[in-house]
Amino acid sequence: MGNVILLIALPLAMAFFIPMVGRKVRWLPDVLANITTLGLFVLAGQSWGREGIYTMGGWPAPLGIVLVLDGLSALLLFIINLISFLATLFSVDYLEKLYTSKLRYYSLFLLMVAGMNGAVLTGDFFNLFVFLEIASIASYALVGFGCEAEELEASFKYLVIGSIASTFILLGVALLYGRFATLNMADVASALQHHGFDQVSLFALVLLVVGFCTKAALVPFHAWLPDAHPSAPAPISAMLSGVLIKAIGIYALVRLVYNVFGISPLLASLFTYLGVISMMAGVLLALGQWDFKRLLAYHSISQMGYVILGFGLATPLGLLGGLFHLLNHSLFKSLLFFDSGSVEYETGTRNLEKMGNLVQKMPVTSGSSLMASLSISGIPPFNGFWSKLVIILAAVQAQRPGLALWAVAGSILTLASFSKIQRYAFWGQGKDFDAKLWEGWKEVPVLMRVPLLVLAVLCLGSGLALWHGLKGLFGPAISVLTDGPTAYIAKVLGR
Amino acid sequence: MIYAMCFLLFLIGLYGATCKKNIVKIILGLVIMEYAVNLFLILLGWRTNGQAPIMSQQTDLPAFTATAVDPIPQALVLTSIVIGLGILSLMVAIAIRLYERYGTFDITEMRRLKG
Repeated sequence: MGNVILLIALPLAMAFFIPMVGRKVRWLPDVLANITTLGLFVLAGQSWGREGIYTMGGWPAPLGIVLVLDGLSALLLFIINLISFLATLFSVDYLEKLYTSKLRYYSLFLLMVAGMNGAVLTGDFFNLFVFLEIASIASYALVGFGCEAEELEASFKYLVIGSIASTFILLGVALLYGRFATLNMADVASALQHHGFDQVSLFALVLLVVGFCTKAALVPFHAWLPDAHPSAPAPISAMLSGVLIKAIGIYALVRLVYNVFGISPLLASLFTYLGVISMMAGVLLALGQWDFKRLLAYHSISQMGYVILGFGLATPLGLLGGLFHLLNHSLFKSLLFFDSGSVEYETGTRNLEKMGNLVQKMPVTSGSSLMASLSISGIPPFNGFWSKLVIILAAVQAQRPGLALWAVAGSILTLASFSKIQRYAFWGQGKDFDAKLWEGWKEVPVLMRVPLLVLAVLCLGSGLALWHGLKGLFGPAISVLTDGPTAYIAKVLGR
Repeated sequence: MIYAMCFLLFLIGLYGATCKKNIVKIILGLVIMEYAVNLFLILLGWRTNGQAPIMSQQTDLPAFTATAVDPIPQALVLTSIVIGLGILSLMVAIAIRLYERYGTFDITEMRRLKG
C-alpha cells in the first residue's frame, strides 16, 4: 500500500523538478517526463487487483486523511496512467513543431496527472475538492496554452464554468461538514445511515451532483467542452477527453452516489435521463461539425452519455457496460485525438474540407483512425461494439427497451458522423482540397506513431476484457459499486 | 439568519458570474462566490466567546471542549483561499491576454467559437 502515495507524490515533485533542471539541456525535459509517466504506469499496474487503505501521517480513518484503493480506483488509475504515458510520448515531437516552452507544458501536464490520481484515490471530501482543483487549474492553463485568441477565449469560458462548478462542490462539502461534522466519505455515509437523509444533505447532494456533472460535461452542463477540448494541444485534448472528464467527473459522481449516498430510484432515473439526453444531443451536434477536433469533442459528450446510462441502470450488467465503455472510450477517443494531432502536425489544419487522400500519405495515421472510428461507432469485433452491446442488453434486461432503442439510434448516428471524417480526410477529399500541398505531406515521426499503434491494437484487443463477464476483469470494480455504502464504510472505518 | 445572508452573497456572486457581459465583472462575481463559501465555512466554526483551540499538558479537557472553536473550518478556509488565489491570478492573466487580442473586455464581442 505504501507506494500508492507515490502515484500522487511523484508527478507532483517532478512537476516542479523538471522546470528547475531542464532549462540547460534540450532533451532532458522530454526524457524526464516520459520516465515519470512510465514509472506511474508501472505503479498503477502494480496496484491493479490490490486493495487497501493508506493513512496519511499515520492518523486513522475518521480523523486523518485516507487514500482508499479498491477495484474502481485501480481501474481509473490504470486508465489515467496508461493514457498519460502515451500522451507524453506523443508530445515529444508534436510540441517541438507546433508549440514553444516544453518545460511549462510538462510541469502543467504532471500537475494534472497528480490531481487526477489524487482525486480517484482519496477517501476525504475536502481532499477530493483540492485534487480536483489541482487537475482543473492545470487543465485551464493547458487549454489556453497556445495563447491564440480562440484558445484564450475557450480557456476563459472553461475557467468560468469550471470554477462555478468547483464553488458549488465546495459549498456542498461545507454543508455536509456543517451537518455531520466530518469530511471522511465513509464517515459521512455512516452518519447518513444513522441520522437519515434530511433537507441539508439533499441540498448538499444537489450541489455536488451539479458540480460533478459540469466537470463531466453531461448535456445541460456541457457548454464548455466543445470549445475547450479542441483548443488544447492534441495530447492534452486526448487527456481531457480520454481521462479528465472521467476521473474528476464521472468517477467522483459515481463514488458519491453509489458509495456515500446510496443509489435511489430517483437518482438512477436522473442518470438514465442525463445519459439519453447527452447521448443524443452530443451526436446530433457532432454531425454538423467541420472541425476535426470539435467533432470529436461533441462525441465525447455523446459517449459519456452511454457511460452514465450504464451507471443509471444500476444493475450489475449495466455497471459492467458503463465501466467497460469508460475504459473503451478512453482508448478510442485518445487515439482519435492523437490522429487529429498527427493530421494537424502534417497538414497544419483541422478543417475537414481542406484535407483529402491522407490514406496514401499517412498509412499509420489513417489506419489507426479507421480502427478507432469503427470502434467508436460500434462495429464488431472492435471494443466499442462489445461495451455498447452490454449496455443495450442491460437496458433490455432491466425492462427498459426504450433506452436500448435510443442507444442503438445514437450508435447509428455516430457511424454517420465518423464516415464523414473517413470520407473527407482520409479516403476522399474535401471542397478546399489543395493537391499541391498534398504532395508535401508525409507520415508523422516514429515517436508519434508508437502511441497510435499501441492504442489501435488495444482497441482491437480490449474486447477480450469482457472475458468472464461480471466475474472477470471488472468484477472488483462492479462489486465496489453494487455493495453500496455499507461495504464501503466497513472497508474504510472497519466497523 | 446570518447563513441566509451568506447564501444571498453567494447568489449575488453567481448572478455576477453568469449574467454580466464584462470580463472584469465576471471575475468579480466569481470572487464574491468564493468568498461567500469561505465566509460560510468560517461561520461553521464560529462560537461566541470561544477560545483558540490549542491544547497543552495542563488543559482541562471538559472546559476546553466546552469553549474551544472548531479548528477544521479554519484549515479548510486557508486551503480554499489559496486555491481561490490561484484561480484568480490565472483568470486575470487570461483577461489581460484577451484584452490584448480583442481590444475589449466585452464577451459579446468575442465570438470566434460557436456551433
